[in-house]
Amino acid sequence: MKVSVTVNGKEHHGDVEPRTLLVHYLRETLGLTGTNVGCDTSSCGACTIHLNGEAVKSCTMLAVQADGASVTTIEGLAKDGVMHPMQTAFMENHGLQCGYCTPGMVMAAIGLLNENPKPTEEEVRMGLEGNLCRCTGYHNIVKSVLAAASAK
Amino acid sequence: MIPAAFDYKRASSAAEAISLVSEFGSDAKFLAGGHSLLPLMKLRLAQPSMLIDIGRVKDLSYIKDVGDHIAIGALTRHMDVETSKVLLEHAPLLSHAAGHVGDAQVRHRGTIGGSIAHADPASDLPATTLALGATYVVQGPKGKREIAAANFYKGFLESDLAADEMLIEIRVPKMQGAGWSFQKFNRRAQDWAIVGVAAWRRKGEAGVALVNMGSTPILATSVSNAIAKGASISDAAAMASNEADPQNDLNASTVYRKHLASVLVRRALEAASK
Repeated sequence: MKVSVTVNGKEHHGDVEPRTLLVHYLRETLGLTGTNVGCDTSSCGACTIHLNGEAVKSCTMLAVQADGASVTTIEGLAKDGVMHPMQTAFMENHGLQCGYCTPGMVMAAIGLLNENPKPTEEEVRMGLEGNLCRCTGYHNIVKSVLAAASAK
Repeated sequence: MIPAAFDYKRASSAAEAISLVSEFGSDAKFLAGGHSLLPLMKLRLAQPSMLIDIGRVKDLSYIKDVGDHIAIGALTRHMDVETSKVLLEHAPLLSHAAGHVGDAQVRHRGTIGGSIAHADPASDLPATTLALGATYVVQGPKGKREIAAANFYKGFLESDLAADEMLIEIRVPKMQGAGWSFQKFNRRAQDWAIVGVAAWRRKGEAGVALVNMGSTPILATSVSNAIAKGASISDAAAMASNEADPQNDLNASTVYRKHLASVLVRRALEAASK
C-alpha cells in the first residue's frame, strides 16, 4: 500500500504493509527512533507524536491512516539547532529522570499548550493523563510544562 | 505488537463502505479511529482479514441542532464531542462524558460511532447515550433504520448491527435544562471505569445508566421508576443494581461493584438535583 507522509517538514513516499503501525514506520523505515514504544497498548504515551498538529499515540495507528498527513516527531521540534521552548523547559526544570517517557511527554505537553495555552497545575496533570513516567517524575514534568506556558 | 496481516480498502462514503463490506463479508471490519479495534487486533483478540477504512468519510463528522435533538455524525471524534458548543448547551452530560474517554491522545482519534458500535459495557459513551435516550441510525444495503439505544446492546461487544450495516448517526434528545452528573470510578485517570454512572434529573424524572455493570451498558430503570414515584435519592440509589449483573474480576468483586453502583448513583442523583 502506497503512503505519502510529511514528517518534520519532509515528504516521504513509501510502500508499506497495511498492518504497519505508524510508530514502526517512523522508527524502522524512516529511522526516527526518538519516538519510543513503551507499553504498545495505547496506555503509556511514550509514542506520542503530532498528527496534523494534534497529539496522538503512534502505536495505535496504522501508517496507512497517516497517508497524506503531516507528522511531527520529537526530532522535528528543534529549529536550526535551537531547542523548542518545551524542550528547554524540561531541561531547565529537570523534567526527566531516565528519559524514556520524555519524547512522548514533550509532544503531549506541546499539544496540551496548543489547546490550552495557560493551564492550571491541575489541568496540566489531567492533560498529561495519557503519559506515564515509570520513574514517577511527575512533579518536575508538571513544573516544566507550567514553566513553558508562562514563558510564552 | 503488530496485528496479523489483513487487506485494506479505503472508503470515501458510507455507501461505498457498505458495498465493500457486503462484498467481503463478515470477516471485514470497519476502521474508524481505530482506538478500540487496533488494540484488539494487536492482541489477536480480533483478526479480521479485511479492514475498510472509513476514517476519511468526512461528511459523517458533524454535530447539528435539529430541533428537539442533536444529530451527531458517527465519525465525530471524542475531542469534538467534548468541546462542541451545541452539545455543551443541549447535552452537556454527553460532552462531559466524552472528555473522560481515555486520554487526550485517544480523544483526538477515537470516534463516538466507533465506541458505540464496539458496544463495550466498560466504555463511557454507550452508557451515556443510553441514559440520554439516544437513537442510533444505521445504514445497510437496504437503506437506513433507527434503533433505540435501549434495544441496541445485545451482549458483550455485541449489538443489533448486522455485519453489513454501519452506524452513521447518533441522535441525542436535548436535555432541556435537566441536571446531570457523570461519575467514573477508576484507579488511574485514563482507565476504563471500574463502575461508572451517567445520570440526568428533572423534577420527578430521571435517567440513569451504568458503565461496566454487566455484559452490556445497563439502563437502571428501577432507579428511574423509583424517582418517578417520589422515592428519596438514597432509596432509589439502593436499587442501582436491580437490572445489573456485574462481573467479578481483578479490579473488583461483584459485591463491591454493586455497592459502588449504589454509592455512585446516589452521588450522581444528588449532583443532578442541585
